[in-house]
Order: sequence, then C-alpha cells, then structure tokens
Amino acid sequence: MTAAKDNPDGVVQKVRRQSGVIILDLAGDVDLHCATGLRSRLIEIMNEKPPLAVINLSRVDFMDSSGLATLIEALQLSRRFGGQLRLAGIHERVRSIFEIARLDTIFQIFNTEAEALA
Amino acid sequence: MKKENLLEHKIEIHIAAQPEYLCVARSAVRKAAQLAGLPERHVDHVTLALEEALTNSIRHGYGGPCSETIIIKIRKLLPCDKKAGGLEIIVRDFGRQVDPACIKSRNLDNIKPGGLGVHIIHSLMDETEYSCPADGGMQVRMVKYLVASNLEPQQHAI
Repeated sequence: MTAAKDNPDGVVQKVRRQSGVIILDLAGDVDLHCATGLRSRLIEIMNEKPPLAVINLSRVDFMDSSGLATLIEALQLSRRFGGQLRLAGIHERVRSIFEIARLDTIFQIFNTEAEALA
Repeated sequence: MKKENLLEHKIEIHIAAQPEYLCVARSAVRKAAQLAGLPERHVDHVTLALEEALTNSIRHGYGGPCSETIIIKIRKLLPCDKKAGGLEIIVRDFGRQVDPACIKSRNLDNIKPGGLGVHIIHSLMDETEYSCPADGGMQVRMVKYLVASNLEPQQHAI
C-alpha cells in the first residue's frame, strides 16, 4: 500500500493504492475554487484505468455543483473502460446536493471506506 | 420592491469575481442564516444556494474569474401578514444580461457535468427571482422562510 501526501494545499489530501484499488481522500470545501485542480487529478487517476476507485469524502465539509461535476466526469470516465467509481463517507450536509441533483442513485455511495472496498 | 417584510439591508458584501473568495461569502451567509434563526439544515441550504448563484455570476455573468464585482446583500425578514420571517439574499453582478425567462433548470435525466446551479437554487430556496437591473448585469433574489410559506411552493422540501 502506498501512501503519499498528494496536495496538502488542495482538497486532494492523499491518493492511496491498495491491491489495485485507488483510494482518493478529499478534505475541506470542494467548490469552484478547487474544482479545476480536482478535475485534473481525477482525470490522471482515471487514465490509469483502475478497476475500482474510491473517493473518500468523510472529511469534505461542503460541495457545490462544480465539485459534483468533477465527480460526474470521473464516473463517466470510469464507465468507459468498465471500471467502478464509489463514494464513501458523505456527510448529511454534502449528501443533499447529490439528492437534489438526483445523483444519489447514480453514484455508488457507501457509509464508510471499508464498505466501499468490500 | 415588496412592501411586506421590509427591513433595511443589514449586510452587504462586495467581492471580486474570484472563486477563492466564495468561501468568504459562504461564511457570512452561513452566520447570517444562523442569526436569523434558520434550522441548521436550512442554513446549509441557503449557503449552497448562495454558492451556486455566485458561481453563475462568475461563470456566466462575467465569463470566468475576473476583477469585476459581485454584490451580496443579506437581510433578515420579519414575519408580516401571512408570511413567515426568514432570510433574503440578493446576488448582483454587472456582467452579461440574459432574459430571466431563459433561466431554467435543465433535464436531470441527462447525466452530465454542469448546468445544475439553477435547479439547485430553485430546489433549496422558497423564492427565487431573476431580474435585469437597468444599469446592467443580473440580479437574483432568493428567500428562505423560517416555516413553509403560504405561497405556491417552487420546489419540494429536502
């Protein structure tokens, strides 16, 4: 398992690799300000064509539609090569934007990272 | 300007149309919503709605980040007649004008990035009104009531 401090100044806190699975830890506010950087990072990860990628959102306090758009794009990229993208640890405050956009049934959402990896 | 529930504006914030300042506006409206007595869930709602309105101003009003100004006005509404108290938020930019009738939510069945801001605002706020000020730009007025208003609801409760 590789643990690396990916971008201490952005929402991407860590990218971990575990038995072929990529786990992306996000933290803070996922908004328009960081969306471009996050998008670039997600595209890099999806270019590796991981069979499974898990985005851990347990430390995300806020997400707007810009942040949501980056996740949607990552999901679409993963589907193109037959991979899976799962979200884990979404707080109630952040979950509502998924519900409003009716994406709570589109994304695979798990309460914990462990459940997402199972 | 509606006569009911009027109070002079209590909070006015000017920010440059830069994404890095969105968190400043969010913090302000979050606190204002708490002071207005909104339940925490609705505090989250108005914060997100403001964020989406600001993002729209930056992206669509100004065509991207720039040094131009976005004005945010926040005021508490007192109960009046048949309307409950609440919080009014006005976002004003000085960029491109569009016909408010053309500002609509997109089809959510089409899963794609982008284009969710208008829908999110309408879903979260009790009242949403777009207008074209005479001196240019766009203005969106958003209201969240402390209890369900007696008006025809624009959106379902979350």
